[in-house]
Amino acid sequence: MRKVLTLFTLLALMGMALPLMAQDEEAAETPEPVIEWECPEGFAGQTLNVWNWATYIGETTISTFEELCGVSVVYDVYDSNEALIARLRQGNPGYDVAFPGEYAIAILVRDGLLEQIDTGAIPNYENIDEQWLGLYFDPDEEYSVPYLWGTFGVAYNVNVVEEPITSWEQVWAHEGAVVWVDDPRSILGIGLLLLGYDPNSDDRDEIFEAAEYILANSGNVVAFAADDGQAQLARGDADIALEYSGDVFQIIADCECDDFVYVLPDEGSIADVAAMVLLKDAPNPELALVFMDYILDPGVMSLIVMDVLYPTTNRAAIESGFIPDEILNNPVIFPSSEIQERLFLLEDVGEAEQAYNDAWDEILIFGGN
Amino acid sequence: MVAGLKRALRKHNAFILSLPALFWLLVFFITPLLLVLVLSFMSRDITGRGTLPFTFEQYERVFTTFRPVFVSSINIALISTVVCLLIGYPLAFYIKTRRSDAVRNLALFLVILPFWTNFLVRTYAWRVILGQSGPVNTTLLSLGLVDEPVIFLNTQFAVIVGMVYTFLPFMVLPIYASVERFDFRQVEAARDLGANDWHTFWRVVLPQTMPGVVAGCILVFIPAIGAFITPDLLGGRDGFMIGNLITRQYKGTGNVPLGAAASMVLMGAVMLSLLVYIRFTARQER
Repeated sequence: MRKVLTLFTLLALMGMALPLMAQDEEAAETPEPVIEWECPEGFAGQTLNVWNWATYIGETTISTFEELCGVSVVYDVYDSNEALIARLRQGNPGYDVAFPGEYAIAILVRDGLLEQIDTGAIPNYENIDEQWLGLYFDPDEEYSVPYLWGTFGVAYNVNVVEEPITSWEQVWAHEGAVVWVDDPRSILGIGLLLLGYDPNSDDRDEIFEAAEYILANSGNVVAFAADDGQAQLARGDADIALEYSGDVFQIIADCECDDFVYVLPDEGSIADVAAMVLLKDAPNPELALVFMDYILDPGVMSLIVMDVLYPTTNRAAIESGFIPDEILNNPVIFPSSEIQERLFLLEDVGEAEQAYNDAWDEILIFGGN
Repeated sequence: MVAGLKRALRKHNAFILSLPALFWLLVFFITPLLLVLVLSFMSRDITGRGTLPFTFEQYERVFTTFRPVFVSSINIALISTVVCLLIGYPLAFYIKTRRSDAVRNLALFLVILPFWTNFLVRTYAWRVILGQSGPVNTTLLSLGLVDEPVIFLNTQFAVIVGMVYTFLPFMVLPIYASVERFDFRQVEAARDLGANDWHTFWRVVLPQTMPGVVAGCILVFIPAIGAFITPDLLGGRDGFMIGNLITRQYKGTGNVPLGAAASMVLMGAVMLSLLVYIRFTARQER
């Protein structure tokens, strides 16, 4: 018996050690956009370390950069702003470039975890739409180079939800399974918005009033999904998922069907933007700036947009003619200026973050009752 | 002098030999535990990490707001343990009573086989299996047993299925160890003395395999009550457990001292069940 138990322990350890299998990536499409960008001399043989979100870059973006510059790129992914911040607080594990979201940039700047960026060394910086420059998380354009943006909205299965959704009220009233993303700021932000408050409110009473409103409307929620509400929607385990736009468009592209749509309700919603940053103690800051310049090339950016289906902050890419009309003119992928007026970026709310956290605990505990 | 040193060494042999283990426990168990204990009495700062002054606020919140989650976690863990026992006990007997060594070894091997695959991957597989378009529902539908898909995923039921699946080996193996030591001639003796099946089981078999049952229950209950991956992936809103709430507090914007307080309370519950175990084994030995 002792032998059996030893064997058992050994096997258990082996099981734990086996790595999690990576997800298959979808097949690449024939690239039409032309990349005019040329790599400056003198970088051949060097290495760049890039740290990004999963499914947040084009299929060929990295390999093309490696070819053009004769460099090798170490490319790793993280799954949340929180994970990125937590790792960087323990010291930069050796990366040059990362792609945090807006409030995460504010925190990283506050904690002194980023290097200043000399935007003069990035010729393509001028391709960025001014609308995305000088925002609250980087008012003096010192630390971040805007990349893609996106929205938080409603994805649903048109076979089950017959009436087109135009209002959050329809989501609350739906008779059937709804999945919410486990994101306090976005969901409570919607609650605040619908109650007529600022979605970035830092008033504890308003936040808890929003929590009560959200709780009262959570009767049909079956799960608070950490990262994959869209997968539950795709498999039919939920009729409606509150999710981030790009995640939903990726399942729509994968299924090659007309079953799913993504909408932004008329009342408005939350928007997010991610930017490239230069990490403190980056091993190769010069090559990092070259990489940022490459990413901002209209052709490179168009290829990225066609793969990840998030709107870009890059005006030159939008005007390049490379991005197919069905993507560019889709008002939900690329929200029109009319819709943009009803979108709010989440801001760093300082100490009120705790109120959001406390309120969210109660929603998780009492939601649906 | 040398002889004296040798004698002293021999005298304190046991203590010296246990030094590495003691050092290990001190550094990697006692110290973190004390840190968590201190943290659980602290306030939180802007980023959610612990700061002074000391307060009972976190425990107050754990015992009020968090209470329903503790209750449902204990429920889920208890049910999972009982189901594991109901499946594991007969299974251990089945394996023991196979005649050939090869069959017995194969059966034991099959019990441990799932550990060859990563736990996360297996739990993700259950999501597909239990889903509305998964194999279970497809079978039920095609057999005409149900008219529309049954909702298994995102329920407490799914969490219990996932836990029983994961923890069953922890129940089977200790029971098997007890059953292996059990002398089956005692069953014949009990028969000869006029005991019926029920009495034989209740008065002879069960008491002698009880240490295995208790060890198995503890080994299942303790990880079950603190589980967070299984409820996170399978449980949805209804299967939310205390482990999920604690994990949340340690991530990014959470409330770390609150997570520490909830951990201490959870540990208290686990220690209580260990005390039961020690009491039980002490009584057995008497």
